[in-house]
This record gives sequence, structure tokens and C-alpha cells, in this order.
Amino acid sequence: MSSVDRLKSLLSFLVLLFAWGAAAAGPAIQSWTTANGARVLFVPAPALPILDLRVVFDAAASRDGDHPGVASLTNALLTQGAGAWDADTIAERIESVGSTLETGSLRDMAWVSARTLTRDDALATTLETLAKVLAEPRFPPRELERVRKAVLVSLRQEEQRPGKVGKKAWYRLVFGDHPYAHDPSGTPESVEALTRDDLLAHYRRYYVARNAVISLVGAIDRAQAERIAETLVAGLPAGEPAPPLPPVADPAGAKSADITFPSTQAHLYTGQPGMARKDPDYFPLYVGNHILGGAGLVSILADEVREKRGLSYSVSSYFIPMRRRGPFLAGLQTKASQLGEAERVLRGTIRRFLREGPTEKELDAAKKNLTGGFPLRISSNAKIAEYLSLIGFYDLPLDYLDRFTTRIEAVTREQIRDAFRRRIHPDRFATVRVGPGGKG
Amino acid sequence: MRRSPAFLGPLILSLAWALQASAADGDVHESRLGNGLKVVVKEDHRAPIVTTQVWYRVGSSYEHGGLTGISHVLEHMMFKGTAKVPPGEFSRIIAENGGSENAFTSRDYTAYFQTLAADRLEVAMRLESDRMRHLRLLPEEFTKEVEVVKEERRMRTDDNPESLTYERFNANAWLASPYRIPTIGWMSDLDRLQVADLKAWYRRWYAPDNATLVVVGDVHPEAVFALARRYYGGFEAEAIPPDRATTEPPQKGIKRLVVKAPAKEPYLLMGYKVPSLKTAPEPWEAYALEMASSILDGGSSARLQKELVRGRAIAASAGADYSLYDRLPSLFLLEANPAKGRTVAEMEQALRAQVRRLREEPVAPADLARIRNQVVAAKVFAQDSVFYQAMRIGMLESVGLGWRVGEEYVRRMDAVTPEQIQAVARKYLTDDRLTVAVLEPLPFAGHAPRTHRGAADVLR
Repeated sequence: MSSVDRLKSLLSFLVLLFAWGAAAAGPAIQSWTTANGARVLFVPAPALPILDLRVVFDAAASRDGDHPGVASLTNALLTQGAGAWDADTIAERIESVGSTLETGSLRDMAWVSARTLTRDDALATTLETLAKVLAEPRFPPRELERVRKAVLVSLRQEEQRPGKVGKKAWYRLVFGDHPYAHDPSGTPESVEALTRDDLLAHYRRYYVARNAVISLVGAIDRAQAERIAETLVAGLPAGEPAPPLPPVADPAGAKSADITFPSTQAHLYTGQPGMARKDPDYFPLYVGNHILGGAGLVSILADEVREKRGLSYSVSSYFIPMRRRGPFLAGLQTKASQLGEAERVLRGTIRRFLREGPTEKELDAAKKNLTGGFPLRISSNAKIAEYLSLIGFYDLPLDYLDRFTTRIEAVTREQIRDAFRRRIHPDRFATVRVGPGGKG
Repeated sequence: MRRSPAFLGPLILSLAWALQASAADGDVHESRLGNGLKVVVKEDHRAPIVTTQVWYRVGSSYEHGGLTGISHVLEHMMFKGTAKVPPGEFSRIIAENGGSENAFTSRDYTAYFQTLAADRLEVAMRLESDRMRHLRLLPEEFTKEVEVVKEERRMRTDDNPESLTYERFNANAWLASPYRIPTIGWMSDLDRLQVADLKAWYRRWYAPDNATLVVVGDVHPEAVFALARRYYGGFEAEAIPPDRATTEPPQKGIKRLVVKAPAKEPYLLMGYKVPSLKTAPEPWEAYALEMASSILDGGSSARLQKELVRGRAIAASAGADYSLYDRLPSLFLLEANPAKGRTVAEMEQALRAQVRRLREEPVAPADLARIRNQVVAAKVFAQDSVFYQAMRIGMLESVGLGWRVGEEYVRRMDAVTPEQIQAVARKYLTDDRLTVAVLEPLPFAGHAPRTHRGAADVLR
């Protein structure tokens, strides 16, 4: 290396240190509330001439009530006719300026999001379209019937996939009467039964400003962001936030379901209610599961099931932290004749982890992965926009990202062992097996 | 086919890229080591991270009968130890450095990648260079890993009726081209694969002169080149065998097949034999095909969504795809699920009517303008991800086009005329070049799963 090269790389090292410090601190999030009560989170990102807009409502399947699938269908219909525009016009307006527009609805969150160039015509057209879609969807009967039929086809396509069948059955088994139990798309029967009035009622109750969180990331300044946020939800009434969801009940005992399916593999899903987004045990459980089954091929479960024994292509455990306790779910898939062995290894591994907790070495490796990988989590506008929605929707502190690495570093082996022993009970797991022999 | 589960998944990434955008405007620098390794560096200083990718010019289209799936099994074995790094340790070291990593195999290439904080670049370089030449291929590791691959095949293909249909469709559409080979391999070949086969395959293809190193992120090109020289410079070049891919003989009439499998919904796949950019007599033909694909399926305002899914409501879903950057002649694909109460026969008629319209009617200027605007915007949007910028460079280098071709994308698409779209539709989208596959659902035997009950189906 020449001395010039050395100097250059020294300089770049200094630059990196500086940048690293900035990234570990997370982006500076600005937050305010629109005149009608929608919460806004904003991060300026001047490097690229683009803007990501996301509006998230507490209007997803956990709000379906007696109409499973209504939240999802309502959300899908937003872009199928609004104000004076039909679905074709909405699509053409968005795409003629090169923008993208997406909708989605799971269990907690229902959202509408767009990405646009910040060039005047593109931004103005996208914003105007998005605002109309949010404020004046018409739910045209013809489009409702068409989308309903498409949902019915996709529900049947899911019935031909053993993994989908198994996971749906597992949610029903573990969540019982709770609104998290049913699939966000609903069932063929419930989707058939939905009326336009059901959709309108859902829309009017939940698509309101005080039930919305707006995320903006892109090449705009604060004044522009304030104008954009106001315009986006100007047509929405203030309304009321959605009421609290019922708590998720603890399982009384083990449950299992064996489903016969004409597949070559058997799929196994096992677990229990896990943790909430604002759970006091969040970090010990998160880091602990990263070690147990969350870190891809370097997790203990992958090592035992896949690396040591070649039993499954994909094996993992994960928490889905939600408003209320979401799933703690472990799963794998293997050729049907091996299901018994694979299940024994998976259960044995989870029990051993509960008994012994992670080793110091495993914890150290997990912390290095999670803290060292922090810059990757916020390396694009798209990723930052997702975090803003999460922080806003679950009402996490604005310094959540700033404190992320510190809180990971603070987790101890004892905390993980203690949290897992208090919270995870394999003798009360709900288990679903799907395969040619049921039990395989 | 941007919506089709049958087409997505890490193995078959070459599709769905069409509108992702071209390599961005930032600084791209390239260098070639004495042993033939090409190094391409793109600076992106927005975030303190770096993506490192090594691409080998080998994949399932380099394979032949008896050894199908070998490129992909070798990809799995690349994580199973070298002389210096024990099995599994590669992934552990990357993880401890806060990195994410993976690999994928396609028809035309095999790629390995790590994304890390920018100051950890050397970790990736050290590990990745080591396994270019020093893989151990231990028999006991192979015995386990090939079983993992078979489970992957069962999960992705055998138990997924639409994927299964695509595999059979592909193998029927191509008579002799190695594109007929499924990247995951036929099960009987996986059953018979030997470590000795892998050793020979590894020696043959994993060499500096058959690879491209792509680094994108918060780095300085000279520093990357210096690291590349340090870690890869000592390797000898190998004599890479010339390409022996069989040339597909001309098709002599429409082909049809039926795939019967346990399923609930029918599925239709159609493919016309077309040239890729690499194999087109004139480059404009390939860009005109790319534009034709966008006219049909370039978003929610494009014809398949607007006319078949919404307007006539005869499709529950429909898609089109063209692989501009394949290294061999390719397929212009159409797929659909019929809407409830509609048949695949009606669906096929509707898709063929769409193709006929491309042949007979010039595309309206407003439609072309809309797609051009999407292309321009997509190019800017793609700059939000260093990973995809690197993917684009690696793919273009690996199929022999070179990354600069990506820079031409917007200009080339801008130059496509309605007459050119008509010309390629007339020349290539004809019945004699067409293969049609239909998934015919077989009823589920025994206890069918029920998804509508509150509790589980069978409680034990």
C-alpha cells in the first residue's frame, strides 16, 4: 500500500467512525399531530429525490368483530374507486407519474403507502390521489363483487399449500376466541357473507384521523412535511382511536391438531401466545429467541435440526410482538416419515434452552450480531419508513432506535433464562401437524 | 410474473427484474486482477454499510442430465468448511460482525453475498476469497446437506402445485436448451449425486477468471481494489471450459401439457420462445419485448390488470414476464388464475387475444409515455437499496453483457417505438413458438383440510 493509499484509508476510517456514531444513534425523528388528530412521524432524507408516505390505521383483522375478512376487504377496496375516479383512473394517475401505491391489512395494522419522486407534478398527483383514496372511497358494488371473488380464489389457493393450512390452524388453536385467531382474509363463508354496509361501517369507524399514524421519509423539509401530512388526511373526520383489544388468554394446557394432507412433507407448528410490542420482557425474549431460533442458520434450532441432522430446509422460532401478545411460534417441515424425529429434536432443543439458557458465548455472539448489524436496519428510506410506522403505531418512544443497541447490550443470561422460564411453557404448547399421515 | 408465488423464491431470481431499474448514476469503478477476477465497485455513501457479492458464471443452465441440481448443492456446501474455516463457521463469523449473508443459484449464475457495516468489509473479503479455492467438501457434511436440499425441493416444488406446473412447463417448452433443467435439480439426480461430482464441479467453475466481485456501499474504490488484490490476487487463473449449452432447435408447432396434482384452483402458463438481449439479432428487439411485457403487466394500469382482472373480470390474477438479461434464448411468459366461475380455456383465449392485439394494433403513445415515466422513477427508487444496485451489476456481468448495459436501460426503453413492439410481437409471439401448460386440480383424497372452523380440525 502506498503512503497515499494509507492516508486515504485512514481518512476513510475516520469518516466511517463518524458515520458509525451517527447511525448507531438512529435518525432524528420529528413528530407532531395534524389539525384533526393524526399522529405524524417524519425523517428528512435529502440524498435521493424520493418520498415514502405511509398511513397506518388500527383497522385490521383484530377489528373484524363478527365479520372475519371485513378489514382486509375494506382496505383492498380503497383503491378501487374514490371520489369521481374509478379503479382505472386511480391506477393511471399514480403510474403515469411513475409512483407506486400499495395497500395491506394484517392483524394489527391496515395501511396505505406510496412512493413518489419529489418532482412537483409527481408529488402533487400522488398526494392528491392518496388523499382521495383515504377520504372518499366509494366501494363500488361491481368492484366489491370482483375483489370478493378474487379473495375466494386466493383462499382456495392457500388450501392447496400445507404450510398455509397448518399456520392458519395453529392461529385458531392458540388464540381461540381472541380476534387474533382468524386469518386476516377471513373464511370462504365469512367473505361470502360480507355486505357493502359491513365495509362502510368498518371504514367509517376506523379510517379516522385519530386512529391514524402518518410516516414520511424523503427529500422534503419540515414545512413541506407539515403541509403534506395535513393534505393527506384533510378529508378524514377526527373520530376516535380504536378501543383496547381484549388480552390474550394463557393456554390452560397442551392442544394439538393433526391434519391429513396429500403432500410429501409434514409441516410442524408449535408454540403459544408470546409477547406484546410494549412488553416488559421484550429485550430478554427478543435476544433469547435470536439465539434459540431467530438468527437464521446460526441459531441453536437450525444447528440441531438442519446443520447437525439434515432434517429440514427451514426451521426457526420467532416472536411476533403485537398490540397484545402475538405468537411465539416454532416450526419446520420435513419428509413425512421423519416428522417424529424432527419434532423430538425441536422440542428437546427448546426444553434444553429453557433449562440452561444461553451460554455466555452465545449471548456475546448475539449481541455482536444485533448491535453490529444496527446500521443495516436503517440503511434505506424504505426501512426507516417501516420503523416510523412501528414506533408511531405502537406508541414506542421516539428514541427507540437511539436506545436500541444500549438495551441489547444490557441483556444478561439470567434475564433471558428467567424471562423464558416465566413466559414459555412447552407443556402448554399448541401444536399443528399437517401431512400425509397426520402425525407422519 | 410479479405476483406469482410459482415464480418467486431465491432460486429463480432472474425473473421480475425487468422494471427494477438500471444501475444508478453514482460512481462505478472497475478493475481486473492479473488472474482474471473482475472487480466492480460502486460508491454509495448514504449509510455506513457495504454489500459484497461474488458471482460465479455457473448455474443450472451449465448442467446436464445426471448432474442436475449440482450447482445449487455446491452453493449449499460452500458454507460447510474450508481448510481454515470449519463447517458453519463462515456464517457465525459474519453474524458476529453484525452482518447478514446468503447465497442463491439461478440458471445463469451462482452468487454469494454479505452486507455489513462498512468498516467490516475486510471480514467478508477474507472469508469469501478463502472459499473460492479452499473448500473441503467433507463427505459427512455432504450426506446431511443433500438431504436438506431434497427437503427444499419437496417444500418449494413437489408440494406446491403451481411451482410443479412451472417446472414441468419449462421442461416441456425447451427440447434441448439447458433452460429445461430445474435449478433445484431432479430428485433422482439429487439421490445419486456424489462428493466426487461436486469436487470436479467446484474445481471447474470456482476460479478468479470465472467470477465477478461486486462491492457497493460506503467504500472507496482504491481501498476495495487493494483488498481484492490482497485476498484474491494470489489465486491462479483456470482454463474455464467453453460454453457447451445446446442450441434449442426451432419449435415446430404449438405444445400443450396438463399437470394433474392435488390442488384447489386451476392455473394457466403460456410461454413464447423469444431472444434475450444477449441473443437478439438486434438489441432493439429485446427492448421492444421488454416494453411489450410492460404494456401487459407494468403495474395496475397495464392491460392484464385493467382489462382481464378488472374490466372483463375473467382473471383472479394475471401476469406477464420477460427476462431481458438471460444469457440464452428465453421465454415470454403469461400466467393466470381464472376468476371464480371462469375456465382456463376462456383464460387462454383472453391472453391470446391480448397477444394478438400486440401484433395487430400499435400501442398508444400515452401508454408508452406512462411506462417510460415508470422506468425513470424506478431507476431513482432502486438507488434506495445498495443490495439491488449490486445485484444488477453482478447479474449483467455474469451473463456476459457487462454492467454498462444497465446504464443504457432508460435510454433504450425510451427509444422503443409502437412499430417495433408490433414487429417483435409478429415475429416472436406466434403459435408455432408457444407452449401452454394447465394445472388440472385433482381432488384431495381422504380428510380435506377445513379452514373455516373456530377450533382445530382434529383434536387429539
